[in-house]
Order: sequence, then structure tokens, then C-alpha cells
Amino acid sequence: MNIQIIAFFVLGLLAVATGILLVTRRNPVSAAVSLIMHFFALAGLYLTLQAQFIAAVQILVYAGAIMVLVVFVIMLLNLGKEDALKERFNPRTALAIALSSALALEVLLAFLSTPTGFNEIAPSAEKIGSPAEIGNVLFSGYIFPFEAISLLLLAAVLGSIILAKRKIED
Amino acid sequence: MNITSIPLEFYLALSAIIFVIGAAGVITRRNAIIIFMCIEMMLNAVNLTLVAFSAYLGDSAGQMFVFFVMAVAAAEAAVGLAIVLALFRSRQTVYVDEVNLMKW
Repeated sequence: MNIQIIAFFVLGLLAVATGILLVTRRNPVSAAVSLIMHFFALAGLYLTLQAQFIAAVQILVYAGAIMVLVVFVIMLLNLGKEDALKERFNPRTALAIALSSALALEVLLAFLSTPTGFNEIAPSAEKIGSPAEIGNVLFSGYIFPFEAISLLLLAAVLGSIILAKRKIED
Repeated sequence: MNITSIPLEFYLALSAIIFVIGAAGVITRRNAIIIFMCIEMMLNAVNLTLVAFSAYLGDSAGQMFVFFVMAVAAAEAAVGLAIVLALFRSRQTVYVDEVNLMKW
């Protein structure tokens, strides 16, 4: 009963619970806050996998930048609670829940029936999760996608400015 | 059940559950911003799968992939929310079932 087992079950339960909260909340701000807690749970799960850099970047980028942007947009649009399509039991929602439970069950059976044979984290996992090794691999083997990502981010910045800009009437 | 450590398939199963919850949210919800947040949750489930494989196999390619997935998700967040803003400005709604001008 070491810390990895306890942390996995606690954080996994927290991630699933906040995920279900996100999908069921009517108020978009409540959904955003539950998604932030979901991202923190996932960062903890990355730490159980010795991926220190990815955990830190997860909190910085997802919880710290993307969710702030989402909350900002929610506040800007001044959205209230999402009104339900019908007050009663919606057959489309029931069908979605039934089909997604079937998919989850099928995928779980596929994963948990045959053991993969990997039961321990590789001993090199602590090294490859450290920022030094990530930097080594990123700037030696993956330098081309790294430069391409900078172009992509430039295009995204320009695109979002153009899309969100108020038209100036001349 | 498990004596010493978590086997790999537990992480894969957790990731699959999170992915399916996100997919159900994308199908069910009407608010465009909540649909976007469910898409982000699906991307995070895939990130968890990649990092789990990277840790258990000792290969750093998985974490490289996660790095780029996060960068692309950030770019997608900016552009997607700008689209939602522009949509709200022209239609005064963020509900995706009310944006049906091109529906045949």
C-alpha cells in the first residue's frame, strides 16, 4: 500500500467526480470551476507517473491560462444558467448516457481483461520526466515540431484577434 | 488485488472513463462553452494515456507528444473562444441548437 496506489485511487476518483460534475452542471461558472479541479487531479496523476515537467505545465497552461480564458469569456458574455431543453426526462440525454456507458464498459473490458505485462513504472521514468531530459529530447530530436508549434501559436494569436475584433464602421 | 504498484491498464481504464464522460458531455450539452470544456477534458484523457505509456515503457516520446498536444490545445482554446464570442455578437446566443441557419 504505497503512496502511488493511494494517490492513484484518490486522484482518479476526484478526476472522474469532477468530470461528471462538469457534464451535469447548468451554471457555466460551476462547470468551469469543476474543470479546474479536474485539471489539478490530473496534474497529481502525472506526478504519480514521475512526469514532473508535464504536471507543472498542466497546471500552468490548462488551469492557469486556458481556464482563466474560459472564465473570462463566460463573464464577458454574462451567461446565466443554461435552461433545460425540457423539464422532464429528455430521451436524447438518456440515449447519450446509455450509449456512452456501453462504450465505457466495452473499453474497460478490452483494457482490463488482458494484462499488458507492464506492472511497474520503468526505472528511467524519473529521469525522462525531469525538465532536463525533456529539454534534451525536445531540442535535439523534436526541434522541427517545436519550431512548427511556434508558427501555429502565431497563427492562433492572429486568428483570435481577427475573429474577436469588433468591426470598425468607417 | 495489487500488491506493489498500479499496473498500466488501470491508468488506461481511468483515461477511457474520463474520455467517455467528455464525449457524453459534448453530445448532451447545448452551451458552446461547456461543449468546449468537455473537448478539453477529452484531450486531457488522451494526455493521461500518453504519459502513462511513457512512464511504463521508459520512452520519452509520449511526453513529447503531450507537450505538443497542450500547445495545440492552448491555440485551439484561443481561436475557439474567439469564434464563440463572434457568434454571440452576431446571434446573441451560445446555444448550438439555435445556430441552425445552414440546416437543410
